[in-house]
Amino acid sequence: MTTAAETVAAVRPRATPASRILGFIGRTPVHVALIGLALLWLIPSVGLLVTSFRPRADIQASGWWESLFGATYTVRNYDLVLDANQMGSSFLNSALIAFPATILPLFIGALAAYAFSWIKFPFRDTIFLILVALMVVPIQSALVPVLIEFQELGTFLTGDRTFFTGWYWGIWIAHTAFALPFCIFLLRNFFITLPRDLIEAARVDGASNWKIFYRIVLPLSVPALASFGIFQFLWVWNDLLMALIFIQESDLWPMTIRISQMQDTYGSEWHLLSAAAFLLMIVPLLVFFSLQRYFVQGLLAGSVK
Amino acid sequence: MAEVTFENVSKIYPDGTRAVSSIDLEIRDGEFMVLVGPSGCGKTTALRMVAGLEEISEGELKIGDRVVNNVAPRNRDIAMVFQSYALYPHLTVYDNIAFGLRLRKMAKDEIDKRVRDAARVLDLEPFLDRKPRALSGGQRQRVAMGRAIVRQPQAFLMDEPLSNLDAKLRVQMRAEISQLQDRLGTTTIYVTHDQVEAMTMGDRVAVMRKGEIQQVASPQELYDSPVNLFVGGFIGSPAMNLLEGKLERANGGMAVAIGSQKLELGEGALRSRPALKSFDGREVIVGIRPEHLEDAELATDVPAGRRLKGQVALTEALGAELIVYVNTDAKPAVTDEVRELARDAGAAQPAGAAMGDAEGAALIGRFGARSRVRTGHTAEVAVDVDGLHFFDPSSGMGIYDGTTEEGT
Repeated sequence: MTTAAETVAAVRPRATPASRILGFIGRTPVHVALIGLALLWLIPSVGLLVTSFRPRADIQASGWWESLFGATYTVRNYDLVLDANQMGSSFLNSALIAFPATILPLFIGALAAYAFSWIKFPFRDTIFLILVALMVVPIQSALVPVLIEFQELGTFLTGDRTFFTGWYWGIWIAHTAFALPFCIFLLRNFFITLPRDLIEAARVDGASNWKIFYRIVLPLSVPALASFGIFQFLWVWNDLLMALIFIQESDLWPMTIRISQMQDTYGSEWHLLSAAAFLLMIVPLLVFFSLQRYFVQGLLAGSVK
Repeated sequence: MAEVTFENVSKIYPDGTRAVSSIDLEIRDGEFMVLVGPSGCGKTTALRMVAGLEEISEGELKIGDRVVNNVAPRNRDIAMVFQSYALYPHLTVYDNIAFGLRLRKMAKDEIDKRVRDAARVLDLEPFLDRKPRALSGGQRQRVAMGRAIVRQPQAFLMDEPLSNLDAKLRVQMRAEISQLQDRLGTTTIYVTHDQVEAMTMGDRVAVMRKGEIQQVASPQELYDSPVNLFVGGFIGSPAMNLLEGKLERANGGMAVAIGSQKLELGEGALRSRPALKSFDGREVIVGIRPEHLEDAELATDVPAGRRLKGQVALTEALGAELIVYVNTDAKPAVTDEVRELARDAGAAQPAGAAMGDAEGAALIGRFGARSRVRTGHTAEVAVDVDGLHFFDPSSGMGIYDGTTEEGT
């Protein structure tokens, strides 16, 4: 009996110290270039982070790089931003918008993608093609018509024009609708690569379509679900345009709108802007780092053959 | 447990191809039925129709007394073992085996009992907490078996379950599956392209070609009385030598001319194949199994009229026996069936024809290990003429008693 680990060890010849050093030297230029590029990309963010902790007077007196050694830091900027500028409540608003607007398209899209890959129905491929074609509709050109639709539908259903735009309904529905074509496209193309035998084995074992979907397909598709989830979450979290149009109640504004308003009212209040911007960045960073392992995980190893 | 019955069942694809063409087959309760044939013969399609994974275009399929044409796979109460095993990679061995039982909302302790019983039978107890990727090929195969047996279904369907194992393991698992089926007594349909598996495992074997069943019989009957050229050539390893021959009268009996040489037929051949008489003076295809050829030096009691001479082209010593290729001027029989068999074996032409020279085919014989024939030398080959097979060149059907023999 051979375990997988033994097989791998047997196949790969053991490297001698000399060959390892040689290999390391050979790869060094690539490493240096990659690390350099990564640092270059990081500079603005680091600058933002440092700036957000500096007192207002310092920011105007010297560049952030001069403060790296022995300058004074303060969290007062964050205090100010969170209280006076309602950043705290709009942080919550952002989350209230982004989480449902990520989970809804994921859930609906996964169901649709399952049907498009594993259930036979008439005109399946034609309908799928039309859905994919919807990706070419630019959001910007659809925004105003959709807003009018919301108002008319709101009047029709509840007698209240602002039913959809007065709370999160409108923004949730709009984000979900615009995300679905890409979501279905991405997930369907992933689902279709799952081994057909697995689906059929589950079917013979007694699973209904719903059971196959959530017991087999979903657990095996975590990498695809995670990548779409991250993509969609970042997009919604950072969105300003759709929030501006579909949320007409200022108490419900997400951080992006607040920050853009600050720019107007405070002009060059860098200490506040940088703290606010960094608050906005924290959540995407957390999301990315907590889910990134799913990008690389190969969940399918060992299923067939 | 139940019988499975195909009544005139066909599978026709939208483009008009008949993958399975009106097959009639009755698999008895508890029987181990093997469907065997070259790739593309429709055996897997037939199996998938029983599973419900493939729609039935025509005819009726019954499991027990129930017509299941429109019953969903999950309601057919059958279990299937896939060629790829199709284990759920995110579940442990235990959960893989328990999957079907949990879907049926069985009580937890009953599930546990069944899974542990199956694990014990299949030697999987130490691996219950592992994921499939941490198992070897043989272990994965056994998990797939376990998933089927815990269900205690009406029938097992197995689609080439051993083809991904190496040769040694395959022989071992072959015996294990046979034993297991014997003990459980569950009706089993087993699909394979390996005639050795078919012969060793099946209570009965159905040989298929181009979507049609050629013959259904016990392994021994298939070997002794192949209904046609295809079955004759498919069953047996090395394969039957198929040669062009001509029947004629000689010394009050009959003889068959193979190239420039003649073999006298005994009373036995004529008694078991009375229809041969009507082929007097006509072309036939003669089938000689390698095991019916022997070095004449080791079979001194065989008279001169039942010997063939030729030049030894190649010998392969297997220890217990010697496989010998003998060139004669006999013409290899080349028909559609023969070509298809050769294609399935991965060769451009039948083995004998490939070895032979321009004049004729090489006969493949299994000689006793004590044979002293040497490559390049002339050898005399004794033929067990009672073991000869005869086929009608125009139809490919075996020549027996005059009526067309059908599979039982």
